[in-house]
Amino acid sequence: MKFSVTVTLKKDVLDPQGKVVQNTLQNLGMNNLKNIRQGKYFEIEMNSTEQKEAEKKVDDMCKKLLANMIIEDYKVKKI
Amino acid sequence: MNSSVIVFPGSNCDRDIAIALEKMQFKNKMVWHKETILPKSDLIVIPGGFSYGDYLRSGAIAGKSLIINEVVKAANSGCLILGICNGFQILTETGLLKGILLRNKNLKFINKDINIKVVNNNTSFSNKYKKDQILKINIAHNEGNYFTNSNHRKELQNDNLIAFKYCDEKGNINDECNPNGSLDNIAGIFNSKKNILGMMPHPERMIDNLISNNDGVNLFSSLLN
Repeated sequence: MKFSVTVTLKKDVLDPQGKVVQNTLQNLGMNNLKNIRQGKYFEIEMNSTEQKEAEKKVDDMCKKLLANMIIEDYKVKKI
Repeated sequence: MNSSVIVFPGSNCDRDIAIALEKMQFKNKMVWHKETILPKSDLIVIPGGFSYGDYLRSGAIAGKSLIINEVVKAANSGCLILGICNGFQILTETGLLKGILLRNKNLKFINKDINIKVVNNNTSFSNKYKKDQILKINIAHNEGNYFTNSNHRKELQNDNLIAFKYCDEKGNINDECNPNGSLDNIAGIFNSKKNILGMMPHPERMIDNLISNNDGVNLFSSLLN
């Protein structure tokens, strides 16, 4: 069973890397660009066959290590 | 006084802090991160460097290592803990200190001597300094931009938990002398019991007039006091 986890900075947290990427793209002529926030992406494969149980474990992984809850949010999706 | 320096793969200030501690007559031991028993210590130092190559987030992986369980136990029973640079980042990742160190506002690695002001000189780490004393200390980091929530920010101010603030040569605290974008120019903080200090500047690099200055010496002599 496979899950994807996306970790992004919370709305109020400044994202200087995203800003630099945004500025560079705008310099390349991407005029319609409104805003960019940079994040991290993980693909997690679990041995479990029970989806709810596996999801709970992945959620635990996010809270314990993958995301820092002070500044980051995460989203888990089954893929 | 017995001290222990925790060593992770990628630590690179572990020898420097050991030399500083030994110069100040601490009986120091180096402790590898896979150990599960801490030597008897009055002071535990988490040194600077790039533990685990800063993978995931600075300090995130080191913050989950085996020896950290023992460090947390020692901290809770009142042992003095000093985290410098990456050590400060690791302490925030373990939860021993609140808040987090974000990427420097200008996105650059900064390595230079800057000025900091002693905000609270009434602790085990700072009693040999004068209040508002200005120190010239080296910083060398990419993630030193301290951030915390508004409740903790108030707690830091009300309970006098800010150790050092970035300032200019005359002691003025403003945006221009804030090297990394830190909230309220914070360079170092204590936990609520004031037995844990996390700081971005490197006092262990300022213990010898031949290579720098002596502005870091009083941090160690405070601990011995």
